[in-house]
This record gives sequence, structure tokens and C-alpha cells, in this order.
Amino acid sequence: MDDYNRDISTQAPLQNVAQWMKKNLFATPLNTIISLSVICLLLSALGPFIQWLFIDSTWEGNASDCREASGACWAFIREKYQFILFGFYPRDLLWRPILSLILFISFIWWSKEPKRWNRRLLWRWVKLILLIALLMRGGVLGIEYVSVDQWGGLPLTLLLSFFGLLFSYPLGILLALSRTGDLPLIRFLSVTYIELIRGVPMISLLFMASVMFPLFMPDGVSFPKLLRAQLAIIMFMSAYMAEVVRGGLMAIDRGQYEAADALGLNYWQKQIKVILPQALKIVIPPTVNTTIGMFKDTSLVVIIALSDLLMTTKTALKDASWLGFSVEAYLFAAVIYFVFCFSMSRYSNRLEEEFSFGVKS
Amino acid sequence: MNFWYDPKKRAIFFQAFILFIVASVVGVLIYNTQQNLSSQNIATGFGFLSQEAGFQISETMFTYWSDDTYFKALQLGFLNTLKVGVIGNVLAIILGIIIGVLRLSPNWTISKLCQSYIEMVRNIPLLLQLLFWYALFTDILPGVKEAFSPGSNIYLTQRGFFFPALVDHMIWPWVKGVFILGVLGFFFFSKWLANYSLKKGKSYKQWPYAIGLVIILPSIVWLIGGAPFEWAIPVLGRFNFEGGSELSPEFAALLIGLVVYTSAFNAEIIRAGILSVDKGQWEAASSLGLNKVQALRHIILPQSQRVVIPPLTSQILNLIKNSSLAVGIGYPDFVAVANTTMNQTGQAIEGVMMIMMVYLSFSLLSSVFMNMYHKRIQMQTRS
Repeated sequence: MDDYNRDISTQAPLQNVAQWMKKNLFATPLNTIISLSVICLLLSALGPFIQWLFIDSTWEGNASDCREASGACWAFIREKYQFILFGFYPRDLLWRPILSLILFISFIWWSKEPKRWNRRLLWRWVKLILLIALLMRGGVLGIEYVSVDQWGGLPLTLLLSFFGLLFSYPLGILLALSRTGDLPLIRFLSVTYIELIRGVPMISLLFMASVMFPLFMPDGVSFPKLLRAQLAIIMFMSAYMAEVVRGGLMAIDRGQYEAADALGLNYWQKQIKVILPQALKIVIPPTVNTTIGMFKDTSLVVIIALSDLLMTTKTALKDASWLGFSVEAYLFAAVIYFVFCFSMSRYSNRLEEEFSFGVKS
Repeated sequence: MNFWYDPKKRAIFFQAFILFIVASVVGVLIYNTQQNLSSQNIATGFGFLSQEAGFQISETMFTYWSDDTYFKALQLGFLNTLKVGVIGNVLAIILGIIIGVLRLSPNWTISKLCQSYIEMVRNIPLLLQLLFWYALFTDILPGVKEAFSPGSNIYLTQRGFFFPALVDHMIWPWVKGVFILGVLGFFFFSKWLANYSLKKGKSYKQWPYAIGLVIILPSIVWLIGGAPFEWAIPVLGRFNFEGGSELSPEFAALLIGLVVYTSAFNAEIIRAGILSVDKGQWEAASSLGLNKVQALRHIILPQSQRVVIPPLTSQILNLIKNSSLAVGIGYPDFVAVANTTMNQTGQAIEGVMMIMMVYLSFSLLSSVFMNMYHKRIQMQTRS
């Protein structure tokens, strides 16, 4: 592989391109025909799409301007993007969720390097979350109070995903340990829970959270809907996390358990110091994949009418003066979801390569 | 020995403790629920199923009126879930195989095209995709009066897709029945023929039998019945098209959304399955004189099944579970009907329980079937 690369890198750049094209596009007559027809097909499909997307589109004006033009109506997104991104958060205080988002995302970016994973990072995260909570909610230090009911859009989606991950991960580890452990009753309870949750759609859990949960509580005790939905997401995801972690536990060599036993470690010492650090490291890529799934699944809270990113998009579409631009709005929301999920999946691929390299050497 | 230092006793104590906690939490929840239900005057039990439902369902596989019972409404919802689950899974697996195979094509344009499709589809929430398709069908397509017609007597409108259907005739059910029997017959016959040609050491063509059983036999039945060939053509009535067949935008959006979404996951599974087959198998196949398509069909895909079946089972179940998102675009599947029932009767616990039971039984059934299939595949291979 290296030889091949060195070989072509010494040649003229144009020759590189030609060589690459010959190898990948025009290797055989049949391949040439296929390549050309695929390119033609793409051009004929992409052309009108780009025309619609950029050239014929309306960037400024109102709904009637948009209806006159034949392209996409980006004026609608310009009008509504604040609402789609931040929901009913007070207009004049928008700097607070924006700052929170920037802090949150840049801190995720900063802590994605495995070399920074240590105890100090954990403390920094705790501080960051407190800071963001202060920013979003306010109420102290002279910052104006904004009720959680007014939060919406992207911050809410991220909040549901973040706390979903934060709680379902340790719960998943506990469930996986119980399932692989040797206490029959605990094992039975854990298997029942995991298989029950994995056998039903997430909607049924959200229904449970929205209509059944109030019945479970004693008279006078009530939780806000957001918290109940968050509980449902945690319950749901922990079953999936448990299966991911179990995969890691199964991959650990028996000798590791025996070595830990031989050192006289008790159960928790053995798990925390020996088994889990190895098992969890193996399953980081599938853990990220499950996190992507959870991030996408938070959009289901639309069904119980919580104003996450998808719900604010839907609400923006109900504006009577801007009817009929749903394709543009859904494309906008889809791009946001895509950016998050795609970067996570790239990240998971990168980690997979790094870690598998580590195992081999 | 001290009680705490005996692992057996400690295990028993610990489990008893957990059991106590779980039991008491469940007990408190049940107690609270009973208190709440009695204070809200909600009766428990499934008696409400025989009450009058009082709501219409847009897609019915049998006759249903709004004064029918909840039980009948829920049955319809169940059938609708089953319908979208079966059709969707068949299409998603076919599309998944096509894309998964093409993804491995040596041609750069094709494999990149498939890769972009997979990445794009997998990284956008399914509910958003469903809403997008639904919006595409209801917002972009013209109204009934200006229906868009891509072919003769086919109309695409906001209210659904209309296309011609054969007029009922007493012979059609028979033709359908013979056709299905023909397909099944050919399926078993081809297995027998394969064995027979192995025994005789001679290869027999299969396609004449296929045509005979699947096409000619039903045609004979059709001719005996008097060869009826009358189409009911959709005609623009006062408010909507009448006559012919109709595909609602809800069903179309749900089906397309589920198939597109699941096929991307299926494609990755198929790809992994193909890659799991040893390279020597390709070389052996080509040295036997098989071309690439033959090698794929007869050598590679059958062997990849061992790797493919377990994750594919969970994707099949995922599609069925995901079809519950129908409630978001108004297709009356089981969850949507149960949701309406819960809202009208207040029987939240029974409703959620029914939803869970239905999907759990799907899960159990298909894992039983898939395990059987998986075992059979593994028995055929030497180990």
C-alpha cells in the first residue's frame, strides 16, 4: 500500500488523476459504460435539484415572493431559524442558549481525544454542565430566570441525549454485569428487563411515560413531562447499552478474571480495576453507534408533544402565513441531525481504527 | 465462619434484598395506581374492548364502521401493522441486498453512490424522514383537480395515488389461489429437481417449470373462467377520484420511509456478510468457470447467510417496531388505534400493555423462526 502511494506521488499530479480514473472508473469497457451512465444519471438528477436549491430559490422576502419563484424558499428558514433552533426561548435572551451550545459543542470537540480522558476531564465536564445549566435557566446572580418549559429546539434535543447517555451508560453497565454474573435471581431480573425493553418500540415507553407514569405516583406528586420523557429514554437506552457492554464483557479472556481472583480482589475491585476498563474500551465504537441511535430517537418525543428540534420544525410549519414550505424546513432539520450523527459515526470509525491497531501491536 | 465471609450465604442475602426492593417498588406502584384509578373512577380490565369505538379508520382491510367495537378497530390496526411490516421487510431486504452488493462494486462511482445513500439515510432520524416523505406527497403533489398523471389512468394527488384495478369477477380469487399454489409448488419442485439432477449427474433447466406453474397454470384457470379483463378506471368525481385502486399518502410515506431507512442498515449487514466469506471462495468459483454473478448467487451469498441472519433478524424486528412511528403521520397502525382508544377511554394501562404485548409477541415469534432457520443453515455446513 505504501509503495503504491509513493509510486504515484512522485509522478505529475495530472498523471495521478488519470491513473486513478483508469483504475477506478474505466478499467474495463463494461466499467466505462457503467461509470459514464452513473455520472450522466447523477448530473441529470442533481442538476434540477441544485437549480431548485440555489438558483431558482428565494432568499429574501415573504411567502408570496416564494410562491412566485419555482425554487426553494430559504426566506422561510431565515424567518424561522431562530424558532426552529431554540423554540420558545425568549427572543432577547437568545445569546444564552447560543453561548451554551458553543460551549457544549466545543467542549465535546476538545474532549474527543482519547489522550485527554482522565479524572480532570470529568471534573471539567461537571463544571461545564453547571455553567450551562446556570446560563440556560438563570434565576441567580442577576441572570433572568427562564423556565424549563420555554427551552426547545436543539438545546432540548442535546439535553435529552446528553442525560440519556449519562444515566443509561452506568445503568447499562450494571445490567450487563447482572446479566453475566452468577446470581440466578439477579440474572433473571436483568434478562427480563433487557429483553422486555428491546422487544417493544420506544413509542410504547414514551406513552408509558406520558400516560401511565402519572398513575404510578401517589396523589399530589407530579413530574414535568420533560423529566418523564427523559426517564423513558434512559430506561430504553440502558437496555441497549447493557447489550453493548455485555459484548465487551464476553470478549474478556477468562485469565483476566482468574488473575484478579488470584490477587485476592473482591467482586467490585475486580470489575472496576481489571475487567471493566478493558471491556468498555473494546466496545467504545458500538457505544458511540448506540449513542447515535439515541440521538436520533430523541426525535420521537414529538409524539408526546415535547418541543425538541423536530417539534419546533413542525410547529414552524403551522404558521398560517407560511404554509407549504415543509420540504425546506425538514431539509434544514435533516442537515442539523446529519451533521451531528455523521460526525459521531466518523469519530466511531476513527476510534475503531486506533483501538484495533492497539490490539494488534 | 462469619456470615459475611461466606459467599453462598452472602449471595442469598443479597438476592433476597434485591427481590425485596423490586417487590416493594412494584407493590407501591400498584397500590398508587389502584388508588389513582379508583379516585378517577376508571375501571380496570379489558371490558372496554366491547364498547363502541366511535371513530373512523381510513385504511380498512375488512368492513368497519365507526359504531363497531374497539376490539374490531384494534384488529384493523393490527392488520395494518402486519401489512406494512410484511411488505416493508420484503422490499427492504431486496433493496438492502442490491445496495449491499453494489456497495462492493469495483466501480468507484457505483460504490460511492451506494455509500452516500447509506450514510445519508442512516444519519437522519426515521421520524424526520417519514414526515419528509409525507410532506412531499401532501404538499408538493397537486390537488385532486389538477392531478399529475405519469401514465394512462394513473393519478398522483395529495389525497393519494389512484390507479386502475381489475373489476371483481368470481374467477379472480381462483386465479390468485392457483398462482400462489404455483409459486409454492415451484419452490418445492425446484428443490426436488436440484436433488434429482445431483443424483442423475445431469443438469435440468428450471425456468420451463417456473413458467408452467406460475404463469400458464393460472392463465388456464383464467381462460376457463371466461377470460374476464375489465379494468375499473379511476374517474374524477365531485370531491375525489372514484373507482380503481387507491394508495393513501400515509401508507406510501410510511412504506417508502421504512424501506429506505431499513435498507441502508440491511445493506451494511449484507456487505459485512459478503466480506466475511473467504477470498478463496471467489477464486475457487472463478476457477470452476462461474462468472461473478453466478459466484455471488451460488457460492458467496449462501455462505454469508451465517453471518447475515442474526443481525438481519434484528433489523426485521426494527422495521416492525419502527412502523409504530406511523402514529406521527396518521397511518392507522396498531399503536395509532391503541393511542386513540387510550385517549377516548382513559384505559392507559391496558392500552400500553396491549401495545407491548403485540410487539413482544412479534419479537418472540420472529426470533423463534429465525433461530430455526439459522440452525438449518448451520447444519448444512461441515464443521
